[in-house]
Amino acid sequence: MLQIESRAFAREHDLFACVQCGKCTGGCPMTLKTKLNPRSLILRILTAGNGFDLEPFEELWDCTTCSTCTTRCPKNVSPMEAIIGMRSAIVEKGKIHPNVKTALESTFRQGNPLTMPRDQRGAWAADLALKPMAEGVEYFYYVGCTPSYDPRGQKVARSLVKILQKAGVDFGILGNEENCCGSEVRRLGEAGLFEMMSEENTETYKSLGVSKMFTTSPHCYNVYRNDYPKNGMQVQHYTQLLAGLVEGKKLELTGKLEKTITYHDPCYLGKHNSVFDEPRAVLAAIPGVKLVEMDRSREKSLCCEGGGGRMWLEGTNPGTRLAQMRVKEALETGAEVLATACPFCLLTLEEAVKHLNADDRLKVMDVAELVAEVL
Amino acid sequence: MTATLTLERPRQSALVIGGGIAGIQAALDIADAGFHVYLVERSPSIGGRMSQLDKTFPTLDCSACILTPKMVDAGRHPNIDLLTYAEVVEVSGRAGAFHARIKKKPRYVDADKCRGCGLCAEACRLSGRVSSDFNAGMGKRAAVYVPFPQAVPLVYTVDPNECVYLTRGVCGKTFKCKDACTAGAINFDQKEEFIEVDVGTVINATGFDLFDARRRPELGYGVYPEVITALEFERLASASGPTAGKIALNGHLPRRIVFIQCVGSRDISLGAPWCSRVCCMAVAKQAHLAHDRIPGAEITVFYIDVRAFGKGFEEFYDRVRKEGVLYRKGLPSEVLRRGDHLVVRAEDMLLGEMVEVEADLVVLAVGIAPRSDAAQVAEMLGVKRDESGFFAEDHPKLRTVESSVPGVYLAGCCQGPKDIPDTVAHAKAAACAAMILLAQTEKAMVTSDAAN
Repeated sequence: MLQIESRAFAREHDLFACVQCGKCTGGCPMTLKTKLNPRSLILRILTAGNGFDLEPFEELWDCTTCSTCTTRCPKNVSPMEAIIGMRSAIVEKGKIHPNVKTALESTFRQGNPLTMPRDQRGAWAADLALKPMAEGVEYFYYVGCTPSYDPRGQKVARSLVKILQKAGVDFGILGNEENCCGSEVRRLGEAGLFEMMSEENTETYKSLGVSKMFTTSPHCYNVYRNDYPKNGMQVQHYTQLLAGLVEGKKLELTGKLEKTITYHDPCYLGKHNSVFDEPRAVLAAIPGVKLVEMDRSREKSLCCEGGGGRMWLEGTNPGTRLAQMRVKEALETGAEVLATACPFCLLTLEEAVKHLNADDRLKVMDVAELVAEVL
Repeated sequence: MTATLTLERPRQSALVIGGGIAGIQAALDIADAGFHVYLVERSPSIGGRMSQLDKTFPTLDCSACILTPKMVDAGRHPNIDLLTYAEVVEVSGRAGAFHARIKKKPRYVDADKCRGCGLCAEACRLSGRVSSDFNAGMGKRAAVYVPFPQAVPLVYTVDPNECVYLTRGVCGKTFKCKDACTAGAINFDQKEEFIEVDVGTVINATGFDLFDARRRPELGYGVYPEVITALEFERLASASGPTAGKIALNGHLPRRIVFIQCVGSRDISLGAPWCSRVCCMAVAKQAHLAHDRIPGAEITVFYIDVRAFGKGFEEFYDRVRKEGVLYRKGLPSEVLRRGDHLVVRAEDMLLGEMVEVEADLVVLAVGIAPRSDAAQVAEMLGVKRDESGFFAEDHPKLRTVESSVPGVYLAGCCQGPKDIPDTVAHAKAAACAAMILLAQTEKAMVTSDAAN
């Protein structure tokens, strides 16, 4: 039994506002493949009297927190936040999947969910002689866990550094002192740990005099922008920074890339934060590039299934992967490159390309990598 | 009480702003009672939204057939000064003694000479190339035009945003429209004029806008040509529309049609929390028309609740279902392209399953919204709007036609969504309220002032 006080829960998440229209479930990418049904979950909680048992609802861990349900709800209800709330109740009782436990413990001990040692976080930049973040440095570059440790992610971070150095942007990093932002921790339901991390990080950034920062990952960007206590710091995703540099003619792309590219909107950049145009503007500025759109783009972009802690959780139907559906959609456009701007999307989509034996037809690349090719 | 006492008799005339069915009804009633009316309409013809509709629910009366006689009556009523293609720009004064300034925009066509023959439009260089507002963008017209054949007045107007001469300063060697006009009515020297009128009362009948379906990007309006609004469907179904009543897209009859209710209604997230009141029945009617005109069509209506509250509405909803229209409970979440057709994805709530319905045509029942310039009109009249943006009635139960300013009344959808019978009733009530003021004798004024 994993009992929650359903009445208080319904009030806390404003579930009584739900008009049971089904808009959330009709657009949920997980409903395509698992039992997850946000609309019916809400109704079950509302009709449960004062106790609702979460135990049978294993599909709660399928949610990728892509926010499709929440952005489309006509009544301002957030089924996504309600699911995160239900996860919190489960986490509080300690009944969690071993993978979730590992990710959370690693975040607590090592400052990253990837079970990597804390003192290796800055290794990716060892040969780059980057400025440590300090008072007076204009931008703080928050690299993030995956770009710090994952070899594929590191390529993105290194590309971004190359671009920013060419454009003469004054930025510093924290290296081994950088800590996980807590985005996935919060979405896995570990609210307490998240609160602790957000306080710690905010203190650190304040003490370093950070006023402007940018991130590699849309997930980190989102958590700083929307989930941290308001602290007056300007947060950007790196594509926003690059779009500004391109527009202000501070970044000139002199090379040429004769490629047809389709862009996949990461959920945490697009649906969560309405950043649709900047990554496209950066890609369009690359000489020779032809941009084509998938049918499902922008607000309709299909989640890659890497969010909400799903990088470490298979979910209840691992057989069918959204990333594979997405790669098929990209192949239909005839594009040679599937571009994205999120480390999670990069990894899930790349794996899907391999799985579909499409390596020879489609390359998955981050916007930063593409730009770095034409400096 | 005594401070506001006016012993001067009210001016025996009314200003009606807006020439839709609400404004026409109010103007006719006041004029029939013997008072003078200035009926001001911004567009080239009166008629409003109702003139764009094909059939009306639930009786399936032809909209134009019941509206046109009223338009003609308003156009030739001895007590009505019809000021079309004109805008009220300033209103001052108080109940019984208002002063209004009205801008008459240049038509570049002499209304007294124009016979409405249309030779100018045939000759125009842009003939068949300018998007027709009246046809909700589904049809084309010339830069000199009447919005529709039954227009009142039947006078052509040169569209200043489209006319080659007016936008570029030159239109070939000679004006084609001018050469074609046998009445010598085209006159590019016309300038805007201002008219000043004194009236006792003002009726605001400025109507509504439609929700912009692009604000629900997941439904693909503006991206997929097969996704249209209910108003566009209305023009397709209308005998006076671009397809002469054939419900066809690019010449093809759609076989699978999906209607989606509540697009921009009951939507708190996008600031349109109200029910638009007409869409449930408008869609039922359109589903009937599609069933009637496209034999074998598969018609699905997705809904949250069906609100069939008016006289004959539930019976009509019963009839439409019996004809074979499939009603499915659930608000579709997205429209996608799959090959040569669209797919509407929704949760069928009663099945509790996600469903995908293939469609050749998707019709969005877009809601009724306040006019985009309602704030300016409110400022001009000094009247309040409610939090939704519609004009606020003075009391939600007891004073539904009175605005927050004495002597200024509200008629029709400017106050909130209404169907045609409710609009007509509201307009008649507004006319009645206005005439109570106009008909006051000195003695009555003292009594009513004391009573208030």
